[in-house]
Amino acid sequence: MSKILMGDIACALAAVDAGLKFYAGYPITPSSEIAEALSELLPKHKGIYLQMEDEIGSIMAAIGASYAGYPSMTATSGPGFSLMQEAIGYAAMAEIPVTIIDVMRAGPATGLATQIGEGDLMQAIWGTHGDHPVLVFSPGNVREFYIYTQKALFWAEKLRVPAVVLADEVIGHMKENVELPEPIKIPERRIPDVKPEQYLPYAAVDGDVVPLPPLGSGYLWHMTGSAHGEDGFPTIRPDRVKALLDRLISKTVKHHNELVEYEAYMLDDAEVLVVSFASMGRVSKGVVKELRDRGVKVGLLTPLTMWPFFAPELRAVVDKLNPKKIVVPEINYGQLRILVEWALRGTSVPVIGVNLVNGDLIPPEMIEEAILHG
Amino acid sequence: MADRIPLSKAPERWIRKKYLPHIWCPGCGLGTVLRQLVEQFEKLGWNNDEVVVVTGIGCTGRASGYVNAQTIHTIHGRALPTATGIKMARPDMHVVSLLGDGDGVGIGGNHFIHAAKRNIGITAIVVNNRIYGMTGGQASPTTPTGTKSSTTPYGNLEPSMDISKLAFGAGATFVARAHTANPVYLGQVIRRALEHDGFAVVEVLSQCPTYFGRYTGMPDPVEMVKWFQENTFMAKSPYDEQEDKIPVGVFRDDKNFRELSKAYRALWEE
Ligand SMILES: Cc1ncc(C[n+]2csc(CCOP(=O)(O)OP(=O)(O)O)c2C)c(N)n1
Ligand code: SF4
Repeated sequence: MSKILMGDIACALAAVDAGLKFYAGYPITPSSEIAEALSELLPKHKGIYLQMEDEIGSIMAAIGASYAGYPSMTATSGPGFSLMQEAIGYAAMAEIPVTIIDVMRAGPATGLATQIGEGDLMQAIWGTHGDHPVLVFSPGNVREFYIYTQKALFWAEKLRVPAVVLADEVIGHMKENVELPEPIKIPERRIPDVKPEQYLPYAAVDGDVVPLPPLGSGYLWHMTGSAHGEDGFPTIRPDRVKALLDRLISKTVKHHNELVEYEAYMLDDAEVLVVSFASMGRVSKGVVKELRDRGVKVGLLTPLTMWPFFAPELRAVVDKLNPKKIVVPEINYGQLRILVEWALRGTSVPVIGVNLVNGDLIPPEMIEEAILHG
Repeated sequence: MADRIPLSKAPERWIRKKYLPHIWCPGCGLGTVLRQLVEQFEKLGWNNDEVVVVTGIGCTGRASGYVNAQTIHTIHGRALPTATGIKMARPDMHVVSLLGDGDGVGIGGNHFIHAAKRNIGITAIVVNNRIYGMTGGQASPTTPTGTKSSTTPYGNLEPSMDISKLAFGAGATFVARAHTANPVYLGQVIRRALEHDGFAVVEVLSQCPTYFGRYTGMPDPVEMVKWFQENTFMAKSPYDEQEDKIPVGVFRDDKNFRELSKAYRALWEE
């Protein structure tokens, strides 16, 4: 059945359909509709909505509820996302699943409160101090906002990591007629199969993820954001610290193939490759289609998973096509371009940025110009 | 001199002996607070897996690691919102938060105000040593005016914050102040706070001989404890006055409310 839905509402519906039980947030444009919808929907599904005093409180409440067994998320935009950074590292270190929706607006600071930006990519990947695992997904339309909200919730729970969904103001506020897919349910939490006395909260089972016992079931374990041994107690022993961080970092690396998703569009015989994400991915698609109709050999790659980055996949496409150039349109000063250049290090294909931050989508003519004459 | 009051052996089932010795300095008041807390768990007959202890970062923050319960060491200042999420998800748990003064009303001050305003069923024990202990004796929001610290070498120019008045004003439904010189009374107050259904604050005046003591000329913990005895008086309100002394007592114990996590469950039923 198809419905006309606003992006932010699709996100809220996705969360409820997936089995979300807890949301805490603080109002901010352009994400507030997510909070408003969940304040109405969650109590009807025996879930909880809380408006907190700020975004730090919001993400910490979500982490607390998630620890206590309620799949949790929060939503915000740039200024609030900046405030959440320390807590994202905490979720990664303590290994508590949490999903953060960032409906990007133009920054820095208060920036353009009601207008589009795509400048939070680097922050989503590297915003918190220290190396840490994090997942970043980025939808390009309302239907994808639904799907990737659910994938974020799914993978956050599965790998016990923070997961970020980078939408943007246009996707959040756009209304589209969408056919909603079958929901992806948040997986049941795996519980320890050892007795409480034997439970080691940070000793990986099957390589990466540790089972989490429910509260009140006899498991008395200690959770901390300090470096810790397998028993959860703080340690500064170099071997234990290394083992912990190696395991944390390996989570996204090991699951690269399952996590990485991207869309390939009109790649056959392409001589120019466009790489673009979020709303600009969608705009770029229109440009590529139109130029193909005029016989220009151009194709498009749109990453839907921003982290882990689709570097090997991009590299394989470039090796195969050997394009004359790569064009990267984005509403920031080159954050995706840096990742593309890193993925293609050692090759000689020029990477050309199309960058404009003025509150609007980048006009198709600018992208066309870069493809044809850049 | 403080009366020597015999205490029962701290209940063994509540302490993680394998993590001892603890990191606290000799003579620190934190041991007294922690001991009184676990004594009350025992007296209340609670199971270890019904209790969640949530702390932030600091010397006080390390307390969670020593309690044999479900324990969480969060980030600096953020114990209360974390505890809020836990209590909302599991109203059946006894959620207790131990906060330093910097942790609780400095960096975490806004969370403190809002946890009180929400009247969420958490017991917040603020261990007020009037200094930043963990980081080496910098001034905290509760450092008295004129006091020297590692960051107020000319004496603190700012007025100091009154945690009990803050809790009172923010609407906490249980508010009390006690100190480490009278552990039995401290224990009684903590027990009442633990039994309270809404947001309960116990401000504990506690000694940090290593930093606060050093900077104020009282490096001997016994002297600091004596100071608490001589400079406090029993009161009914945090606004009561007697010379320059600090009021202690149970200032509010309101029972006429619906605790937030329970109110939310009631909403589900409607
Ligand atoms: C965001 C952040 N800022 C600063 C610190 C450094 N820090 C650790 S503990 C602490 C203050 C400790 O004082 P208090 O909360 O009063 O607790 P105490 O150690 O006295 O028990 C500070 C500033 C930190 N860990 N995180
Ligand atoms: S520094 Fe002060 S508060 Fe910290 S353990 Fe030592 S005496 Fe206690």
